[in-house]
Amino acid sequence: MLPVGTAERAAGHPFGVYLHVPFCRVRCGYCDFNTYTSTELRGAKQVDYAGQAQREVAFAENVLTNSGIAARPGSTVFFGGGTPTLLPSHQLIGMLRSVENAWGLAPGAEVTTEANPDSVDARYLADLAAAGFTRVSFGMQSAVPHVLRTLDRTHDPERVPQVVGWARDAGLQVSLDLIYGTPGETLADWSTSVEAALAMQPDHLSAYALIVEEGTKLARQIRTGVYPQPDDDLEADMYELVDARLAASGYEWYEVSNWSRTSTRTLPPAGSGAVAAPAEDDAARPTGTLADTLASADALTGPTTPASEFRSRHNLAYWQGHDWWGIGPGAHSHVGGTRWWNVKHPAAYADRILAGVSPAAGRETPDGESRELERVLLLARIRSGLEIATLSADARHEVAGLIADGLIDGRAALAGSIVLTLRGRLLADAVVRRLT
Amino acid sequence: MSPRAVQELQPASTDPAFIRNFCIIAHIDHGKSTLADRMLQITGVVSDRDMRAQYLDRMDIERERGITIKSQAVRMPWALDGQTYALNMIDTPGHVDFTYEVSRSLAACEGAILLVDAAQGIEAQTLANLYLALDNDLTIIPVLNKIDLPAADPDKYAAELAGLIGGKPEDVLRVSGKTGMGVEELLDLVVASIPAPQGDINASPRAMIFDSVYDAYRGVITYVRMIDGKLTPREKIMMMSTKSTHEVLEIGVSTPEPTPSQGLAVGEVGYLITGVKDVRLSKVGDTVTTFQKPATVALKGYSEPKPMVFSGLYPIDGSDYPNLREALDKLKLSDAALVYEPETSVALGFGFRCGFLGLLHLEIITERLEREFGLDLIATAPSVIYEVTTDDKKTVTVTNPSEFPGGKIASVSEPMVKASILAPKDYVGTIMELCQGRRGTLDGMEYVGTDRVELHYKMPLGEIVFDFFDHLKSRTQGYASLDYEPIGEQVADLVKVDILLQGEAVDAFSAIVHKDKAYAYGVLMTERLKKLIPRQQFEVPIQAAIGARIIARESISAMRKDVLAKCYGGDITRKRKLLEKQKEGKKRMKMVGRVEVPQEAFIAALSGDTETKDKK
Repeated sequence: MLPVGTAERAAGHPFGVYLHVPFCRVRCGYCDFNTYTSTELRGAKQVDYAGQAQREVAFAENVLTNSGIAARPGSTVFFGGGTPTLLPSHQLIGMLRSVENAWGLAPGAEVTTEANPDSVDARYLADLAAAGFTRVSFGMQSAVPHVLRTLDRTHDPERVPQVVGWARDAGLQVSLDLIYGTPGETLADWSTSVEAALAMQPDHLSAYALIVEEGTKLARQIRTGVYPQPDDDLEADMYELVDARLAASGYEWYEVSNWSRTSTRTLPPAGSGAVAAPAEDDAARPTGTLADTLASADALTGPTTPASEFRSRHNLAYWQGHDWWGIGPGAHSHVGGTRWWNVKHPAAYADRILAGVSPAAGRETPDGESRELERVLLLARIRSGLEIATLSADARHEVAGLIADGLIDGRAALAGSIVLTLRGRLLADAVVRRLT
Repeated sequence: MSPRAVQELQPASTDPAFIRNFCIIAHIDHGKSTLADRMLQITGVVSDRDMRAQYLDRMDIERERGITIKSQAVRMPWALDGQTYALNMIDTPGHVDFTYEVSRSLAACEGAILLVDAAQGIEAQTLANLYLALDNDLTIIPVLNKIDLPAADPDKYAAELAGLIGGKPEDVLRVSGKTGMGVEELLDLVVASIPAPQGDINASPRAMIFDSVYDAYRGVITYVRMIDGKLTPREKIMMMSTKSTHEVLEIGVSTPEPTPSQGLAVGEVGYLITGVKDVRLSKVGDTVTTFQKPATVALKGYSEPKPMVFSGLYPIDGSDYPNLREALDKLKLSDAALVYEPETSVALGFGFRCGFLGLLHLEIITERLEREFGLDLIATAPSVIYEVTTDDKKTVTVTNPSEFPGGKIASVSEPMVKASILAPKDYVGTIMELCQGRRGTLDGMEYVGTDRVELHYKMPLGEIVFDFFDHLKSRTQGYASLDYEPIGEQVADLVKVDILLQGEAVDAFSAIVHKDKAYAYGVLMTERLKKLIPRQQFEVPIQAAIGARIIARESISAMRKDVLAKCYGGDITRKRKLLEKQKEGKKRMKMVGRVEVPQEAFIAALSGDTETKDKK
């Protein structure tokens, strides 16, 4: 059962489902995600996993119903990992069906899976699209072989354009993930990767500074001097480079590390499932930009998708404090102000699920100040996410200083919302500390 | 038959002819307390069962550091040739900072045991105290201690001692405080060679205060040596320096537990309790007389304690400020030399400017504050007293660089000391180099024994208080010892160097230094701070300046990235906790203008941790 009051707080929010697939063929040196290679599974079997996940979906449906929370159709479904595409497509589809059976899918629901460029083929992607998947996010990371090697990524960079083509043929929206700041990566290497990504004209792009997580092989390698410490200044240069190149190529940032196409693209008929819900209002978006020009030009050429539809609605839900249920080992959930997380190991998870008990390992319901900090830290990351009127008096006093320091956009602030400048995005945590 | 006395002599009615008053002069770790313990045991005043190592050193710090800060006197019975004697052993502080207290302890004795480690030989501070003892016409009994150690070289050091005080090397007694070997002979020698006290039993009473300690239960306990006359319980006494009067609530001797007696008479050593709560009312060196029959002439040698070294003490946690005040108020009760007044610093918040007798005194006080009162403290760089005369002929006394007057300066004078450094002769070169670098001028040099040299330097005290001793020790592998005494002032080319963060002076780092060293200090501090201060959202210039003139400059480039790249569903809780921690850390930041500086950075910069780390 969820805490008293959860139902009230959950009411009216969109609902999403995250499905974790905790398997990888190899563990990458930088990765601290909850994922396991075949040798680390301690008796848990990859082949049994989809069935267990489906049982948790049924369990979740019960909990929500028993907590008095009216069933809301899933607005977004996201398969993450690990490597979801290590499972056969029919298993992913089976998991999606169980979500559909439990809560239904909202019209135009966004259904995404992460994928490794070397774990899918044309047939696999076509199967997913036919079953209702709308979006695939490829872990491209880099186009430069020595960078991929340092990251322990096994795919051949040449393969990425191929899989992107297959995904597009299948009618899926395509997102590419890039990592910058890998030890040994130069600004020129990074530029090569950015250009390679742009050449594929993805609908969406994520670029993350490499985070050296405690306990990873990479952290060890840095501690022992195999690799140098990441250089914040170089990473800042890399961020500025990717932001400039993307902006010039018709992409717009909507979250600190995420950009989406502003130019609308005519979608092949197969992708029609994605033509749906109108975009959220983006009040502070400047008018008269390239985006508008392109939008009006595209408007003449036939059926289009609104630019904002290329953003990841599932991820936006995290930042906007919406509700989601996270299925699978180590998955986090949030419903009506309460957060919880499942046991991490697939074997422990399987035990819980098969015994019919909750796989949750812990939960929290952050109170006043923590809740506000969470709200601000999440909303400040997205463009126009944070309304100044909702801030505390103390925080509102900081706004002028933030404008003066070049951290937030002055015009947007006058219009009532916090929009980070380029400098502000690089210093977003400092902005959040000042606003809370 | 044990040499222990069969029957003790009663205080207040002991013939001075059977009293012996003596002290032990020794360097910090040459075994004075161990020898004293053995004497207490052999004379039977402390039973073997009650024997606690280093019985006389009451405070934890003293026991740990093996040094005696507060002296006490113990009365021990001893029989020689059928006659019982009362031996008063007066424990003396062993350090240069307490020279005045040492001199008063010596003035209470007729003789002194010069105790020297048979493996190390005499040290500079012992030499200094030996001079003081000879100056007071004390009879010296030279003794080599620790002769049980394999490294002991008693022949060599016996020759050294004989060379210093005259006499023959074979007259130097050899003992082991640890095993007790030779201690009975030593007690016999004390009786045989130290003169009995002289004094007039019928004169107006005069007693010299040689120590004054605060006890939480009894109030101030005043240790006195009777010079003339007699003091009795319930008598009204008068302090001659202040004319203040008090009733004697208790009078007695230490055996070593306080033991009330019918009084104290000529030549005796004991304690008084009057119920006063502040040692300032019972000052070391003052003369006690009676209200009824007051003496007209005070004993000579009294002087007010004078702080020589100043430092700001700040609580690391600002909310501890009231606790620091309370702790200082308490310590003041037992330490007449401690002075302090409130002070505020941009970098360090609220604290106290404290005056100390010397560096060790500073160290002991900070350690007691931390240990006995549970405070976490940071001390600013020690400073001395400067007299600054401005062009318009005004003179300002500066004990804190922040008091240094702006504008045109006509002259600055600084306190000077005569420093004596005793070290093996191989280190003479490196010591000379160090002293010259500290503006010392050589006054002379003499051999002590065959392989050790005593160097005499005139040096500014300001150069000594600033890590001189650390350097001396490290350059001589710990073999050198140092003693110094004030010898007045000199005019010198001194300037105040300010350290500026983004144009704002950081008060805790301002320093008064010689003009020739200003640049080096500026470079040192700016480089240190550059390493210690985290990057800010803007560039932060760090400058060293004399007045408006910048003499060194560093800068901390602006921080460009402070954002966690990824923040998805599973990251939110962790990310929130990270930010909460950062916000908590920010609360502890000190603001210098707009620059946020973690207190640890200030502390590390003050303590010089950065260079030490680099060396490792």
